[in-house]
Amino acid sequence: MPRRDLKVAALASAIAMLSAATQAEERYAIGRAATPAEIAGWNIDIGRDGSNLPPGSGSVERGRTVFSEQCAVCHGDNGQGGVGDRLVGGQGTLANPKPIRTVGSYWPYAPTLFDYIRRAMPQNAPQSLSNEDVYAVSAYILSLNGIVPANAVLDAKSLAAVKMPNRDGFVSDPRPDVHNR
Amino acid sequence: MSEHTTDKRVREASRRRFLQAGAALAGSSAISGVAGSPALAEPGNNLPPNVPEWMKTPGDPMGSQPYGTPSIHEKGVVKNISKTLPQYISASGRTPLQELDGIITPNGLFYERHHGGVPTIDPAEHRLMLHGMVDRPLVFTMEDIRRFPSQSRIHFLECSGNPVYTKPYGKTASDLVGLLSCAEWTGVPLKTVLDEAGVQAGAKWIVAEGADAAALTRSIPIEKCLDDAMLVYSQNGERLRPQQGYPLRLLLPGFEGNMNVKWLRRLKVVAEPAYSREETSKYTDPMPDGTSREFTFYMEAKSIITRPSGGQKLTTQGFHEITGIAWSGHGKIKSVEVSLDEGKSWQQAELQEPVLTRALTRFRLPWHWDGSPAVIQSRAIDETGYVQPTLAELVAVRGLNSFYHNNAIWPWRIDANGEVTNAQA
Ligand code: HEC
Repeated sequence: MPRRDLKVAALASAIAMLSAATQAEERYAIGRAATPAEIAGWNIDIGRDGSNLPPGSGSVERGRTVFSEQCAVCHGDNGQGGVGDRLVGGQGTLANPKPIRTVGSYWPYAPTLFDYIRRAMPQNAPQSLSNEDVYAVSAYILSLNGIVPANAVLDAKSLAAVKMPNRDGFVSDPRPDVHNR
Repeated sequence: MSEHTTDKRVREASRRRFLQAGAALAGSSAISGVAGSPALAEPGNNLPPNVPEWMKTPGDPMGSQPYGTPSIHEKGVVKNISKTLPQYISASGRTPLQELDGIITPNGLFYERHHGGVPTIDPAEHRLMLHGMVDRPLVFTMEDIRRFPSQSRIHFLECSGNPVYTKPYGKTASDLVGLLSCAEWTGVPLKTVLDEAGVQAGAKWIVAEGADAAALTRSIPIEKCLDDAMLVYSQNGERLRPQQGYPLRLLLPGFEGNMNVKWLRRLKVVAEPAYSREETSKYTDPMPDGTSREFTFYMEAKSIITRPSGGQKLTTQGFHEITGIAWSGHGKIKSVEVSLDEGKSWQQAELQEPVLTRALTRFRLPWHWDGSPAVIQSRAIDETGYVQPTLAELVAVRGLNSFYHNNAIWPWRIDANGEVTNAQA
């Protein structure tokens, strides 16, 4: 090897060692690898496009039963609200002086319904419903709002395909919006 | 009991009755005194020239309070929690701002908002999972988190619904803006922990999830995560209280309270926000035209006079200090102006050091009250030049249904007998 090349090689390896050292400095080797099984158990958030929705399906019919047994006590027999939020109605009211914001009138994405019910409802026993029952009760709430038909059966694909009435109702943050100077 | 003291008491009985009439502190002095000597409990007995009872007998021994609590005479200084909520699992409790001095909120009075109750988490079985668009998905124990280089910083936290735009507006400073507190937070910069996992190109957001019964989920822009975001385990020197996310919470200085996810169990690095229920159905700001603003993160500059403020009373004319707090999610408070004449003219208040970024700043203005009715108010100006607006200015743009991010000026009316009320109610 010519002398000049040797020099370059030495320099290169010195640089490589240096950058390895800085890398080691940046990292503390704290924590351990998360296993795929651990991640699968906790990775419950659903994308607005339905990504990460689990297998399974549920019908409006089954959802009616789940709702009356597990949800109606707080949300009313027909989702009209009680201790828990009103879940039905209000479409077309968002520009009124007294808008009614519900799943049907306000929520932009249907998969969020699965995500929220599975993680947080029923409020007294969250994460207790089977995925099938979460699909079913989501389908039922959507049917109460006239968004899916009464004979609908929803799964990952069909829930993701539901277009919510207020999908395009959101705008980005324009603040500072008050010009008082 | 000696003859001498008994005699003295009899002699002083009439004097005491006199004092009682004028003693504003009658209620609290009534519960002091030595057990078994009811006569001693009478108000006024501990005033000069008498020797106070609490000097004549030793006080509570060391160890009578292994974890100290406030004086029994401060029993009324507690969180402001509505007694008429439909349910208390997803609910909030307010800081009694008008009772506090300085800029640090005591941990027991820090405001609370939770969506699935307060979980009781065993720190030995709490884990933080960091996954998604990272080179190395990781799991951390609390011991792991505490091994990282630490940082302490003072920042405010404020709920974005503080207060709403519609009446009734509430009577006290706490009713109005009590979903606001400030503390010294200790933890590790989120960036340090993210570097450990190696964030991949294309990552734009991080989805943060709590280990509570709401598994509360918010999406945080990656720029904030790599800037001043922190994973926090201590507040004002001690471990977080359960209500504040024990054993681990996210802190995003200047961002609305809800995003500072408590009981943090999971961070997922992603390309798109989750559009979770808490960033679509809630925490979006409805406008009069039927659209809603989404991802409205920053808490804009705001201030309020806490003394004198609604529910208090000026008992005498003459000197009074006007004092309050100012804060901005966009940085430091540059100045606070106070008006004593219904907003016609404004004067500079003095700012108490330290003036810190995204922290409460205490302001003061000396004032001589001449006994005539007055309307007093403060407005904050932050380092970006932003000026806190009036409610009318806000409502003109946002209408009355916007619900979140009301940072309006709040005036107090002082009437001729010294009573202070909400001038906007
Ligand atoms: C013990 C009372 C209770 C029960 C039972 C209950 N909920 Fe709820 N629900 C609530 C409360 C309270 C909220 C509001 C929570 C919040 O804002 O933090 C809520 C919120 C919701 C929301 C969000 C509404 C919105 O517009 O943001 C949905 C959807 C929902 N519940 C569905 C269900 C379903 C489905 C069931 C049955 C499987 C159920 N709930 C059972 C009390 C209950």
